[in-house]
Amino acid sequence: MISQQPTQTRPGTVVEFTGVVKEFAGMRALNGFDLTLRAGEFVALLGPSGSGKTTALRVLAGLESTDAGTITIDGVDVSDLSTSKRDMGMVFQSYSLFPHLSAGENVEFGLRMRKIKPAERRRRAAAALAMVGLEDHFDRFAHQLSGGQQQRVALARALVTEPRVLLLDEPLSALDAKVRVQLRDEIRRIQTELGITTLFVTHDQDEALAVADRVAVMRAGNIEQVGTPEELYSRPATPFIADFVGLSNRISGIVRNAQVDVYGTLLPVIDPATPDGPAHVSIRPEDIEFAEAGLAATVIASSFLGSLRRTTVRLADGSTVFLQHGVRVHPVTGESVFLKFSGAPVSTEPVSSTSGVLKPA
Amino acid sequence: MSGGFTTGGVAHAPSRTVRTVILGLVGLIFAVPIVAMIEFTLRAGLVGGYNVDRWVALFQSGFTGVYRPVLIALGNSVALAIGTVVIVLLLLVPTMLLVHIRFPRLRRTLEFICILPITIPAIVLVVGLAPVYAIVARLLGSGVWTLAFAYGITVLPFAYRAIQSNLDGVDVKTLTEAARTLGAGWGSVLLRILVPNLRRGILAGAFIAVAVVLGEFTIASLLNRVNLQTALVVVSKVDPYTAVILSLLALAFAFVLLLVIGRLGAPRTRLSRTRPSLTGSSRTRTNVKGPA
Repeated sequence: MISQQPTQTRPGTVVEFTGVVKEFAGMRALNGFDLTLRAGEFVALLGPSGSGKTTALRVLAGLESTDAGTITIDGVDVSDLSTSKRDMGMVFQSYSLFPHLSAGENVEFGLRMRKIKPAERRRRAAAALAMVGLEDHFDRFAHQLSGGQQQRVALARALVTEPRVLLLDEPLSALDAKVRVQLRDEIRRIQTELGITTLFVTHDQDEALAVADRVAVMRAGNIEQVGTPEELYSRPATPFIADFVGLSNRISGIVRNAQVDVYGTLLPVIDPATPDGPAHVSIRPEDIEFAEAGLAATVIASSFLGSLRRTTVRLADGSTVFLQHGVRVHPVTGESVFLKFSGAPVSTEPVSSTSGVLKPA
Repeated sequence: MSGGFTTGGVAHAPSRTVRTVILGLVGLIFAVPIVAMIEFTLRAGLVGGYNVDRWVALFQSGFTGVYRPVLIALGNSVALAIGTVVIVLLLLVPTMLLVHIRFPRLRRTLEFICILPITIPAIVLVVGLAPVYAIVARLLGSGVWTLAFAYGITVLPFAYRAIQSNLDGVDVKTLTEAARTLGAGWGSVLLRILVPNLRRGILAGAFIAVAVVLGEFTIASLLNRVNLQTALVVVSKVDPYTAVILSLLALAFAFVLLLVIGRLGAPRTRLSRTRPSLTGSSRTRTNVKGPA
């Protein structure tokens, strides 16, 4: 086992959170949190700040204790196991390389803690650095590396010990946009190669949707919805998800028999259990189209976004909605237009329910 | 971490000339009393003129007679300095780390307690300490080294500030957590991660502790213990010239002592001892760690 290359695939590990509760000074950061990570799966925990996503990850790492519930790794309860014995690799949000050690020595650190012989250590550290494309940077120190390079070294350091689970705590948030996308894709490539079960915490929905097998959206210490990126986007369970994952218009409508009446158009409701009556409706901007006739509106603004154009219009009742369309259509501010809805299922929430009404971004 | 852009700071540093002028001015101010002391010891007497007779006499006598107690007192002070540094290293550093990592809410309290001794005049401290030392003497004897307990308190404010400023500059929490997830126990975290990164603060704390202890007079005098300063006072009553010479020598000794401690803590010595196998990388290290 020790002689394996760090790039070699090993059977994935199953991680299970069951009813995990964590309180900080009376505040419930985790409120009966349940989540299962399948073997080799890449799961992203997505949520606004304060939703408990980082706490969930830190509890799994053993950096925070739990107040109730169990966490099992391959069926074994690890709640009482100290961090140093949990066999996890973790990459932190802030740069966490040991400043007094070179990149290579940083990567070697975990192996040193496992009492692996110097020659073997050096070889494996070099292989891990090669995996993240930094084989020439063995002797560099953190202050001689760019932010992206530091996070790559941190990734190599986390993976070199062949941990059971890889934990990523917003590892990209300190990087600039271009590096962020590069490293994001590289993390996914390495994760797929190694087949290591991975929990990735982020507040950036693009990141989560782009790399994860499944995304769990968190809100107030619990998972609001978990599913593949496609499921979350096309069938958001609640307007909160619709707002948080992708962009959404929030419009008033009236639910009747699993359909919702929005400005005279009947649209299917994603959750058929929605009670009849007035509701908030979340409609994707690409599910609204310009039409020859239909809902009258006036163009307020239109912005060019490269591959598409986003136009904001005001309806007769004064509310505004925005829609996305091809760049060839070029609405002019003040122009009168007609809209229609594409008929895609929408998520709804009864008006009386005040919980978690988020303003669209 | 801010450490990533150390070269950026250099651009805003004052120019070479400005630095030299500042250094020169500060040096001049510090040199005035020392030069005055040297001048005093070289005076030939009431008639005027200068000679080195007193220096020669002192060294020819081999520090015997009246000067003998000064040597013993110097030994006492060195022992006290060592004891105080040990207290700082074994008690203060782990406490500060524990508070910083595990009990951040106690930080204010710790700071208050550590700064407190600076606000208490030494005389007041002694009044409080006298009954305590009656017990200490009964338990541990009345050896001079027991004064290290009191000195451990008097150096607290200085050592605390030195270590805390280093602690603030290092992301101790993240480094600790990173090491923990990599399988390091608390011992390894402390010795392999924290101490190397807090070396400057710990060394500075030790320096200050040594300097304070070597210059301490009030507590030793009031508790009737002999240390360097009390011995110098005794000598000065007999022979003020020789007392000044001894003061100068003590000053030089403290200077050398601090240099030696600084050398001991330098990264090169430490690393070449612990990591002989990776000579290649430790060479790189000494290049980049210049300002440490």
